[in-house]
Amino acid sequence: MNFKNGKELLELCDKGNCAISDIMILREATGTDRPKDEILRRMRRTWDIMKDSAVSPIHSPKRSIGGLIGGEARLLFEHQASGKSLCGSTLSRAITYAMAVIENSSSMGLIAAAPTAGSSGIVPGVMLALQKTHDLTDSTVVQALFNAGAVGYLAMRNATVSGAVGGCQAEVGVAASMAASAAAELMGGTPQQCLNAASTVLMNMLGLVCDPIGGLVECPCQARNAAGAANALTAAELSLAGIRQPIPFDEMLDAMYTVGKHLPHEYRETALGGCAATPTGCSLCSLS
Amino acid sequence: MSFISVFDVLGPNMIGPSSSHTAGAAAIALLARKMFQGDLKHVEFTLYGSFARTYKGHGTDRALLGGIMGFAPDDSRIPDSFAIAEKDGLSFRFLTNLTESDIHPNTVDIRMEDGSGRTLLVRGESTGGGKIRITRINQVEVDFTGEYSTLIVIQQDKPGVIAHISNCLSEKNVNIAYMKLYREEKGSIAYSIVESDGVLPEDAADQIRRNPYVHDVMLIQPQQGGGL
Repeated sequence: MNFKNGKELLELCDKGNCAISDIMILREATGTDRPKDEILRRMRRTWDIMKDSAVSPIHSPKRSIGGLIGGEARLLFEHQASGKSLCGSTLSRAITYAMAVIENSSSMGLIAAAPTAGSSGIVPGVMLALQKTHDLTDSTVVQALFNAGAVGYLAMRNATVSGAVGGCQAEVGVAASMAASAAAELMGGTPQQCLNAASTVLMNMLGLVCDPIGGLVECPCQARNAAGAANALTAAELSLAGIRQPIPFDEMLDAMYTVGKHLPHEYRETALGGCAATPTGCSLCSLS
Repeated sequence: MSFISVFDVLGPNMIGPSSSHTAGAAAIALLARKMFQGDLKHVEFTLYGSFARTYKGHGTDRALLGGIMGFAPDDSRIPDSFAIAEKDGLSFRFLTNLTESDIHPNTVDIRMEDGSGRTLLVRGESTGGGKIRITRINQVEVDFTGEYSTLIVIQQDKPGVIAHISNCLSEKNVNIAYMKLYREEKGSIAYSIVESDGVLPEDAADQIRRNPYVHDVMLIQPQQGGGL
């Protein structure tokens, strides 16, 4: 049992009358010859790591090894607690957790790459925010992570998730499309609505360049994880509201990959363009 | 195309900040340590390319030192590896080589020594997403990843040694997925590398050692749970 693209995935969901996450669990079980309960246990461990990494910097802020970031999750948490947050509860939590994971990662904490280390805040950020605001069980969220995994697998198989190959749209963009699809499933969306949400994220983040200051996974990566979480929730909301997404996920993934390959090398993780090449970026870079 | 697991997408579980510069570095050193038979007293890391330029900001040095002490890429002791090494009496040194350009950008040479003059040099490359490969043992170029159960035989390049190895494995009913001989020049030291989908048994390695032309055998089992 396998699928090569979003179209085949939707056909399998339709035929089995099941969710994207169900198909992804079945694919993992048949592809690795492992029992389903072992696969679920392993994903539970991934989820536990995600939750810890999204919460611990709120309580104990950490300075990154490159020195460019640290303490952002606590600031966001306090801002929200003060009642002055512009975003609602779900979005403000999602961006706080997403920033927290990168704070944790950049200070040598334990994380689960999703799909990369530099974009590892978005899936846990969105999932944990929805868990808290919608009172979801861990097993419900663990199930939805397989939906995120299905979208990420298609991006790895048919495009790229490497910033060095496709820019930030391939890392943060794909992470956000994974989170959008999983969020749609968590909120009762159909498989089609999940992939519509994923497609919308890729559309909205198309062309985003990878330009880390000093070549470190700190700035702008951390704030981009917050932006990715916001994009994911926005796209899931559009899709769940019944708004049509005319471009299928497979075509949007192709478009993202093509745009990525056309990006000049300055904008693909080389730290030679964008934020990294600003006068301030350069001076920060020489300090790290 | 090899199977992409859901845990290749949501994973690896790793100490940050970088899958290539931190997790991959730890994985290379961990594999190198498994290849060194003996009590490790001194280790020297030579970093190339991007590793050499950005290792401090990515914690590559701490990850390498942690890996050489047996820490997996998701081991929370990695950030403290310098202090742990000093406490355990392991001496270490980091060197950078920015002149060599004909090399994968994330490459490290790891030179291990025990107290009695036994040394081993292992070169590893971090190829992205926490994946790695070993490309050199001492002076001989090789290529394997350690993702499978792997047998490395250091031997004199003489007729019959390969047959001896495959006989020993076939007696233990081992299905060889991959086998290749690497050598510097004809008749000198050669390395046979065997990979299997199953678990290569320890007693097969013992039997291979009995051949007079076999100098050494290393048996490496993959990380349990597939943390990478």
